[in-house]
Amino acid sequence: MRFIAKELAGASVLAMILTVPAQADDYDAPPGWGAPMTEHYFGTFLVDRLEYDWTDENEEAVVWDFQGWYGGDIQRVYIKGEGANVQGDDEDAEFESLDLLYSHLIADFWELQGGVGYQGGIASNDHPERGFAVLSLFGQLPYRFEVDASLRVSDEGDVSADLEAEYDLRLTQRIYLQPRTEITAAAQEVPEFGVGEGLNSARLGLRLRYEISRKFAPYIGGYWQKQYGDTADMSRELGNEPEGTGVVAGVRMWF
Amino acid sequence: MTSSSADATLSRRQLLKVATALGLSTAALGLRPAWANPDGISNVYPHGAVQGRDISLAVRRESLPIAGRQGRPITLNGTSPGPLIRLREGDDASLKVVNLLDEDTSVHWHGLILPPEMDGVPGISFAGIAPGQAFTARFPVNQNGTYWYHSHSGLQEQLGHAGPMIIDAAEPEPFSYDREHVLLLTDWTFEEPTDVFRHLKVAEGYYNYQERTIADFFNDVAKNGLADTLAQRSMWEQMRMSSRDIADVTGSTYTYLMNGHAPRDNWTALFNPGEKLRLRIINGSAMSYFDVRIPGLKMTVVAADGQPVQPVPVDELRIAVAETYDVLVEPEVSRAYTIFAEAMDRSGYARATLAPRLGMVAPIPERRRIADRGMEAMAGHGGMEHSSMSGMDHSSMQGMDHSSMQGMDHSSMQGMDHSSMQGMDHSSMQNTTTAGGLLPAGTAQPGSRYDQPGIGIDPQERHVLTYRDLKAYSPWPDRRPPGRELELQLTGNMERYMWSFDGKKFSEVDGPILFKHGERLRLIFFNTTMMEHPIHLHGMWMELENGAGELIPRKHTLNVKPGERVSALVSADAPGSWAFHCHLLYHMDAGMFRVVRVA
Repeated sequence: MRFIAKELAGASVLAMILTVPAQADDYDAPPGWGAPMTEHYFGTFLVDRLEYDWTDENEEAVVWDFQGWYGGDIQRVYIKGEGANVQGDDEDAEFESLDLLYSHLIADFWELQGGVGYQGGIASNDHPERGFAVLSLFGQLPYRFEVDASLRVSDEGDVSADLEAEYDLRLTQRIYLQPRTEITAAAQEVPEFGVGEGLNSARLGLRLRYEISRKFAPYIGGYWQKQYGDTADMSRELGNEPEGTGVVAGVRMWF
Repeated sequence: MTSSSADATLSRRQLLKVATALGLSTAALGLRPAWANPDGISNVYPHGAVQGRDISLAVRRESLPIAGRQGRPITLNGTSPGPLIRLREGDDASLKVVNLLDEDTSVHWHGLILPPEMDGVPGISFAGIAPGQAFTARFPVNQNGTYWYHSHSGLQEQLGHAGPMIIDAAEPEPFSYDREHVLLLTDWTFEEPTDVFRHLKVAEGYYNYQERTIADFFNDVAKNGLADTLAQRSMWEQMRMSSRDIADVTGSTYTYLMNGHAPRDNWTALFNPGEKLRLRIINGSAMSYFDVRIPGLKMTVVAADGQPVQPVPVDELRIAVAETYDVLVEPEVSRAYTIFAEAMDRSGYARATLAPRLGMVAPIPERRRIADRGMEAMAGHGGMEHSSMSGMDHSSMQGMDHSSMQGMDHSSMQGMDHSSMQGMDHSSMQNTTTAGGLLPAGTAQPGSRYDQPGIGIDPQERHVLTYRDLKAYSPWPDRRPPGRELELQLTGNMERYMWSFDGKKFSEVDGPILFKHGERLRLIFFNTTMMEHPIHLHGMWMELENGAGELIPRKHTLNVKPGERVSALVSADAPGSWAFHCHLLYHMDAGMFRVVRVA
């Protein structure tokens, strides 16, 4: 939790920097008239995935993946979080990652983001915790592939990288088919977190969502995942299958 | 048949009564827009009219029924849109605006040539009008024609803070008519404008429910083959843009209104068969371009942006946001006609009926399908490397309008089949230049597409007005050639909803655009974006260089199509600071705004 507190402090400072209104040009208006156009700041909170996951090993979990931001056109503050609560394991929910990032638009479709991250339990000490420095490239590839690639250095100096990419195929004006992939890799073995050296895991998913409104869209889907190398071995030692599939049902929503 | 001046006299008498009534009981009228008297008041603008030397407008936010639901528009003297303001050329106008909102407001008199401090733009002309305060705009009325007025504060215009303004001519106009109607087009949403803006900023394509789907892809494959379809689609997908991006805000949230009335209200303008009608069409929308037609009637365009033009008979006209067109129609038969104003993206329409009696209806035309933008939109697209297009198979692009490509860098397009470009307007590319190296006054710039009506209109289907058709009724007084050119790029990032001039939002520029007092200059707008932009200069006319020589028309708002280069001559005869912006409300508010200082 100590990381969260640190992050929140950082967030308020960044928010203050971002909300200082930009002064308009000097076009001879008397003082007190104000600018004819003012700079606007916006924010949004997207729960990209909030889903119930049934694995082929008869495990069930609630999984979430959200991102929120506040700021202007160029500079923004992001909060991104991914995690899960495995059902019936008597353990608390866990953040796979919770990142607080400063974001700068560096090209029409790309943001460079940097900040701090946290991995661990939400409220209890059920899960090991660690903090990160995070650098992300977030944006859209040609053909509208949404990409979020991150490089992480943990407070122990362990380096890891993850890549998420998704694509929206429009079947109708409200129904979308979304292929999705997630790949993680690490430079060092970190057994405490089940992380091996090299390629850790790959996951391919497919979701079909219906936009009841732009802001609320239930979906169903499935995925295949596989762990590799030492990571897979560690899973086996814990009695888990390193490869598997799952079925999900959930909702995508934003505010 | 009465002459236009006699008609005006008659209506003015009627108007005075209304004005008096309004003055006595502006609040009492607040419950509902005054429908009254489709053939009486002010030639039938249904929201009442105010006229005379001392006009007062009370600005409020209140509940009113709109399209059968309760909305909360901003009202002026109790109606939204506001009353018709009628002035007379040669008079001194006195327009008092009383702010009964709980935020600042303002009224800009759109298209009027007046002193800068009366122009109504907060932060440039004056401080704005604080809650509970009033401001009186006083200025000599030195022009005539069809104009409008609207708030220049924040996003208030989206809430219906707008109304029509007519200035009766001191001298007889170059055309006559028996009866006139105002047709004010607006786009209403029950969402708060700040929410609309946020949706545009946060979620690209939020309001577009006409995007291409997998079905469109397969249809195209069936029609044009897989290779062609892939080539077409990959261009757009590589750019991460949508060829269906015709309107940012659409009929999915907008109800399109004519004189404040939804299509189902069947607002009716009356005529007697055989009369010549003058329709004063005003696009007072926040964001919507319309294609206006009256099936069964030819429209003769006689004025554009309030200024007389040589008559152009058309079947349909596209009216950009903030433009006005005056057309004459002569219904001979005692039947109803539909006045059909279809949104440019085909997501909806505004409708009224022209009929000899109330309660009549005419068939409502079917809406056309949304069009896909073609290559013409990419001509100015900065993000696209033209050199990379030499490898493209242009022969596969049958669906595209090659005539629209003169703005492109042909040197880099060796792969193109130039023989297919007969539609090109070579006349506009003559190399004759003045001593200063500038094209002669009135010459159409290379890259202009004045001969095209724009996206989604098939000129084969019916005769559509284009900018090329507009010729001033007689030459405008300043015939000097331009002393210099000023080129501005219209720029944007659709994904982030960033809009600007020369890549800089208003908050990022260092100072105003400077015009030298007394100079004659050429403004060139090069649209590098994929959207149309209606560019509005306050305080001075822009003489559109559409190739009409000394008969180039003058306008207050110029539509610049995607990829197009449009030029206008300006006589910088109005010292002071003036607003200059894209008249799409959310584009302006996003930063597509500048100050022009004439000194």
